Amino acid sequence: MTTAPTPVSPTQPVAARAIDLHKTYGSGDSEVRALDGVTIELAQGQFTAIMGPSGSGKSTLMHCLAALDTPTAGEVVVGDTALSRLRDKALTTLRREQVGFVFQAFNLIPTLTARENILLPLSLAGRKPDPAWFDTVIDAVGLRDRLKHRPAEMSGGQQQRVACARALVSKPSIVFADEPTGNLDSTSGAEVLSFLRRSVDEFGQTIVMVTHDAVAASYCDRVVFLADGRVVDEINKPDREQILEHMTALQAAAAAARGRA
Amino acid sequence: MLRLTLRNIFARKVRLFMSGLSIILGVAFLSGVLVFSNGLSATFDSIIHGSTPDGAVRAMDTEEFDGGYSGQTDQVLDPGVVDDLEALPEVARADGDVVGFGMSLLASDGTLVGGTGAPTLAFNYHDGPNMDGDEALVLKKGQWPSGTDEMVLDEAAAKAGDYTVGDQVKLLAPFGTLERTATLVGTAEFNGGGTAGATLLIFSTEGAQELFLDGKSVFNRISLTAANGVTQEQLATAADKVVPEGFEAVTGNQVAEESQDAVGSFLGVINTFLLVFAIIAVIVGAFIIVNTFSILVAQRTRELALLRALGAGRAQVTRSVLLEAFVLAVVASTLGIGAGLLLARGLAAIFRVIGLDIAGNALDLTAWTVVLSYVVGVGMTMVAAYLPARHGSKVAPVAAMRADTTVERASLRRRTAIGSVVLVIGAGCAIAGLNGAPGSDAAWIGVGAVLWILTVAAISSVVGKPVLVLCRALFARSFGTTGRLAGEDALRDPRRTGATASALMIGLALVSTIGVLAASLNKSVDDVVDDQFTADLLVQSTNYLPFSTQVGDRIAEVDGVGVMSRQQFTNAQYDGKSVYLTGNDDNFAEIYDLETIDGRQEVSGAEAFVTEGFATDNDIEVGDTLDLGFTGGKKLTPTVVGVVEDSEVAGAINVPLDQLARAGVLRQDTAVSILFAPGADASTVRDDVDAAASSAPIVGVFDKEGFADEIRSQVNQLLYIIYGLLALAIVIAVIGIINTLGLSVIERTREIGLLRAIGMSRAKLRRMITLESITIALLGAVLGMVLGLTIGVLLQRSLSEELSSLGLPLGQLIGFLVTAVVVGVLAAVIPAVRASRLNVLDAISTE
Repeated sequence: MTTAPTPVSPTQPVAARAIDLHKTYGSGDSEVRALDGVTIELAQGQFTAIMGPSGSGKSTLMHCLAALDTPTAGEVVVGDTALSRLRDKALTTLRREQVGFVFQAFNLIPTLTARENILLPLSLAGRKPDPAWFDTVIDAVGLRDRLKHRPAEMSGGQQQRVACARALVSKPSIVFADEPTGNLDSTSGAEVLSFLRRSVDEFGQTIVMVTHDAVAASYCDRVVFLADGRVVDEINKPDREQILEHMTALQAAAAAARGRA
Repeated sequence: MLRLTLRNIFARKVRLFMSGLSIILGVAFLSGVLVFSNGLSATFDSIIHGSTPDGAVRAMDTEEFDGGYSGQTDQVLDPGVVDDLEALPEVARADGDVVGFGMSLLASDGTLVGGTGAPTLAFNYHDGPNMDGDEALVLKKGQWPSGTDEMVLDEAAAKAGDYTVGDQVKLLAPFGTLERTATLVGTAEFNGGGTAGATLLIFSTEGAQELFLDGKSVFNRISLTAANGVTQEQLATAADKVVPEGFEAVTGNQVAEESQDAVGSFLGVINTFLLVFAIIAVIVGAFIIVNTFSILVAQRTRELALLRALGAGRAQVTRSVLLEAFVLAVVASTLGIGAGLLLARGLAAIFRVIGLDIAGNALDLTAWTVVLSYVVGVGMTMVAAYLPARHGSKVAPVAAMRADTTVERASLRRRTAIGSVVLVIGAGCAIAGLNGAPGSDAAWIGVGAVLWILTVAAISSVVGKPVLVLCRALFARSFGTTGRLAGEDALRDPRRTGATASALMIGLALVSTIGVLAASLNKSVDDVVDDQFTADLLVQSTNYLPFSTQVGDRIAEVDGVGVMSRQQFTNAQYDGKSVYLTGNDDNFAEIYDLETIDGRQEVSGAEAFVTEGFATDNDIEVGDTLDLGFTGGKKLTPTVVGVVEDSEVAGAINVPLDQLARAGVLRQDTAVSILFAPGADASTVRDDVDAAASSAPIVGVFDKEGFADEIRSQVNQLLYIIYGLLALAIVIAVIGIINTLGLSVIERTREIGLLRAIGMSRAKLRRMITLESITIALLGAVLGMVLGLTIGVLLQRSLSEELSSLGLPLGQLIGFLVTAVVVGVLAAVIPAVRASRLNVLDAISTE
């Protein structure tokens, strides 16, 4: 064990945790260790960013935490549920009920209106939306006048806000965002990030975001740095300068490691 | 460019296979049908040529291959004629023939052998050669018959009757004593191989004379063999000078030609029917190819745009897509031709079961078949791929840079406008047909129907939209979001959905049309039977062949039979045409009171009554004299004393039964009608009549109900054709839907990944795809059935003389809808399983 367990303040319960997570692809010479013993706890009501250079394993970590991918070894716990023993059906239910997603490429269903897209996880689960909560979310993302529009009739920023609303409307215990601003211009990106920030502050939502954008990460409560499949560093309450410094250091270290290899 | 095209083909093996499948299917049907009909004709040709001598002496006006329906002439030839002929220098040898129809073979257990389709031929054996100089018959086992109590059967008949050499064979004679037996001494076959399903009963000359000619030493036909260097024409001309009155000498070629014509009209029906199948398969296949290539091009938009951006010209892009289609077409056509050969063998096996065996060696590919199959297969693919290829070339190079790769499809407005005009033209044709435009009414409606079917196939996305919207609403109600998403997916590209549904649409349109016609026919038959069947019982042979008068003699003895009327049907020559003539006995009028339009239906001596149809067609009225000729040259000249409404129990011309003897037709019965005696117990009499008739399994005893059932069962054979068509439509429709859905799943990989990520279970995903598939199938079914019903009703109206009542096959239509749902479910299996197996992560990160 190279990494010490990340400290979490005892007053805050944990929304999800990974315990000694390993994920390898291929075997023998071509073996790639995407995750090499990651242990991390994600506190409820916190906005966490996972950063790292390309190939550091940050996306794999998120996919494993979000029950989209299965680790080679180790355990993921979402809420009180350990995932390793769950079959596809239970994983599907867990994703539907406890996890929300925001993807880089908005991933809306083109045939459905904004409203229908937002309510899709609920209607798949056969649940009725809480009207008050729905209104709150809609107002928060500022989409009230766009509800009847189809994705093709909206801008990228609007589509991503629809995707955010979709992730929040089922009140999941944790929302995973994978480079949510990657396809957006800086203004639209700022809107989406402010909205995510507000949903943590105002609704107590737990959000984990994978990004390599220091500006995006500066909206977070905590930034976890990954390199070569391990958690190597973290900062709390970061500002943009600090994040950039850490990233630069990491990249230098990675370059040095490559130079030695 | 060529290398890129080839790479593309190999990079998409699955898609390639699926689109290739529709070509394979179309070509397989076409080549299979061609091989089969060639085989069919070749089989009959070789039998006809193999059994026809250089020349023949036969009764005047003989109809070759008539099968005995018109009975048999009493004209005979003395052995002296044979000697006279043999004395001619042009004649190498003359052999007296005794040919008889109407004989039936019973199996050892007393049931009838054959007797449903192919004829039973009875004749005497002699070793006279056929026109090629070979033996006409080949002995397979045992020896040729001699004396009056020996016979030879063909191999298949011996097997079917469970007889081996040495057994006593049971026979039913057409004249005189009903039951006969003969000892089986051997088995034989036509020189050409096989018998095409006919049953051969071969006797010695004395034996055949005993059976058919009252035991007199005479013949009813003579086979001639030409002397060396004498042509068939010289032979016939020389022979014609010595044959007696009432007979003629003809060349073997003429006999063969007449036989082929007679066979041809029957084979023509089978061939046309099969060809229709093949054409439908090809047309429907073309729709699937258009669809597949459209989707493939749409999915490759970015790649095509990249090519354009890198400097490929528009024509080059079009050519690249067309080249891909060409390679696919050649490979698929080759496979299709192979599959067609197998299909032909399968068809032959089916026909063998129903009694028409085709020589196996006749089922081979001819150069013509191969060439035509390639031309059609490649041609249809190229035509079908042209539109998508053109469309693909219109992609702007800049599309390569865009993330969003959806192609702007041209508006459907123009297509809809043109389609609407064509629909109206089709309706115009139908209306013109119904309102007495020149020519056949049904043909006008047929033209309208073809226009409608093709147009609806082309604009099914527009006319079918209500069906899609309804399905969406229905599925959303019953299956919630899953159903809603499925309905949306089907509506996303209605053009694609419509094109996919077209296969089923065309199939079901045809099937529903035939269904309406068959139901109308059944209903009309019921009405006619109800109206005209005034006998208590009718005794008739199951294949309408005449039978021995002994059957009637036995029935006449049954207690409780009050009135019995015999009828014999034959053909007469009137004004150069063959006409249906009935001889009715004196009791006929007691049982059947026909609707008289003019004059009376009671006839005696040289009097006749005719039906309205015949009277109108030939401009005949009461008081006219008919000049009728019969086989063997005899004449009748009855005076018309009555005109009656067309009736199933009356021939076009009806004369007293005793007049048939003067016409030289040997007495047999075609139908025996019975009225119960007053006070007799119907069921007892019925049982007794059954018992009396049971000695001759060739006949059946029908009451009104049973008679209607019998005719209905024949109509229902038409329904088997429907089901054949339906099966074809289903196979192609399933392939089409699998293809479209499979490609759609690939296209929507990321969406599917997303749905799975945000919590759609595998089961629900499968259900979603299945529901989309059902929507496509229902679209095709509904459009097809609406079209089919419309066309069927119009055709019934135009044929209202023959089809007096309209019948709607509601049960069947519901069955078709259910079938459509099943088709949808089946077609969705593979795409649904593929979609549900997609890895969520891979799917969601697909470009």
